[in-house]
Amino acid sequence: MITPKTTTAIEPVKPNKKMFKANAVIGWSFITIASALIFLFYFYPMAQAFMMSFQSGAGTNLTFTGFDNYLRLFKDPTFLAAVKNTVIYLIIQVPVMILLALLLSVLLNEKTLKFKGFFRTAIFLPCVTSLVAYSVIFKYLFGIDGIINMMLMKVSIISEPIQWLTDPFWAKIAIIVAITWRWTGYNMIFYLSSLQNIDQSIYEAAKIDGASAFQQFFKITIPMLKPIILFTSITSTIGTLQLFDEVMNITNGGPGNATITISQYIYNLSFKYTPDFGYAATVSYAIVIMIVIFSIIQFKVAGEKK
Amino acid sequence: MKNLKKFAGYTVLIIATVISIFPFLWMVVSATNKSVEVTKGRLLPGGHLIENFTNLIETVNLVPALVNSAKISISTTILALLISSLAGYGFEIFKSKSKDIVFNILLISMMIPFAALMVPLFRMFGTISQNVPFLGIDTLTAAVLPTLTTAFLIFFFRQSTKMFPKDILEAGRIDGLSELGVFFRIYVPTMKTTYAAAAIITFMASWNNYLWPLVVLQSPEKQTIPLLISTLGSSYSPDYGVIMTAIVIATLPAALIFFIMQKHFVAGMMGSVK
Repeated sequence: MITPKTTTAIEPVKPNKKMFKANAVIGWSFITIASALIFLFYFYPMAQAFMMSFQSGAGTNLTFTGFDNYLRLFKDPTFLAAVKNTVIYLIIQVPVMILLALLLSVLLNEKTLKFKGFFRTAIFLPCVTSLVAYSVIFKYLFGIDGIINMMLMKVSIISEPIQWLTDPFWAKIAIIVAITWRWTGYNMIFYLSSLQNIDQSIYEAAKIDGASAFQQFFKITIPMLKPIILFTSITSTIGTLQLFDEVMNITNGGPGNATITISQYIYNLSFKYTPDFGYAATVSYAIVIMIVIFSIIQFKVAGEKK
Repeated sequence: MKNLKKFAGYTVLIIATVISIFPFLWMVVSATNKSVEVTKGRLLPGGHLIENFTNLIETVNLVPALVNSAKISISTTILALLISSLAGYGFEIFKSKSKDIVFNILLISMMIPFAALMVPLFRMFGTISQNVPFLGIDTLTAAVLPTLTTAFLIFFFRQSTKMFPKDILEAGRIDGLSELGVFFRIYVPTMKTTYAAAAIITFMASWNNYLWPLVVLQSPEKQTIPLLISTLGSSYSPDYGVIMTAIVIATLPAALIFFIMQKHFVAGMMGSVK
């Protein structure tokens, strides 16, 4: 507990000082429980994981092995596959989703649009579902004799069913489609609320100058929304780095390790295979380092603008 | 030209709406059909909802899972709101340099992914199990504790407190209320909307939480709804009608909250970003 420094004081000031001291104690007591719980359930485990990352062994029999675990990372095909998959999800899914969300929010922001509330609610609706529930639904939709294949065949886009969940390429596409379905509406709401703050006269002026809709979109809308686009892309990036529920329930990481993510690999290392908590902790630090790097980039980019 | 643009706009929105709603429709329609009909691609509502529901109750531990999920989510929401709002209020009203340092340290925890915490947390609760069994692995308490406090929620309350008229608090103090009295009698009642949004975020996160319960709750009678659905979804001979009924029931609480309190819901989802 931190108390204010006591300096030699002149008599009359004393009562005030006492009150200040009492206030300080009260102030700290308001934040104690929350701070203690965060230290106990975030920082203490992270410190433990750090220690564990230098140890190896089955179950609770851990022995100190120095940097072996970290060297193992670079030779571990499953870990490398998990990183590769996560990066693929990132570089394809995040931009596609953000562009879609931007397009939809611009369309919804049109003043003359009818049924605005209906469209907005409908497109936001996927956010209501739990990750597990929508994953199971998508697993069935993408089944070999599932409704998506059935419909695509009916309209003759494909002649035979796509192996959505058992082909390494299509399985990744299925995961990407599912995540995009779940989160586009969520991001759209952010853009929509920022769009409503843009002064309409800027667009009026641009129209008078003969700017096309495309030019308005790329020269006005995108620059004006830059901070919120940055914010949503960072949250989406961090979310994608932690991807677990979808992959676990749609493809279970398969076929082979074609869709496995880092989070799922940590889970498998600890609870599915013979537990190797030490190595799992090392893999955990790989995600932490990736998130820290992305967050630093965020702060750098956000800082530059000011 | 203008009409064409309008037409294109509506077309895109209608396609987006259909894609967004279709999985919901399919879920609800499938809950009313037999499994065979679902596999044949039937998209019309049938009359087997009650049959699916009875099958679900008889073959699956749905009710215990609902009770577990409710216990976990409700206690998490109440405790999390209490703890985080006390802290958010404390950080803002009793602002000091040293407290701001603590606050910034707490914010760092937002960058820690849960996947990195689950292994040490699992071992931590394993150790607790040996000494205090009712707090350890495979207890609902263990499912609640690590998810109670998030830096995000503290941040959310602190941000909302910034706009709070501090004179009212002073008036309460002059009226002789204790500091806790000021907090519970004045602050809490005036911040109802903030609490509503915070309750929605917390309840939803807890109701839908999957990874930590998967790790810490091991016996079937401790299963929560997401664990149950995940188990159903991975079965080799799935009864689609029954599974979709289970998913409808699991989605219902969140959907109801959404439709009743749409404004708070969206505010909650967006956090304090404005």
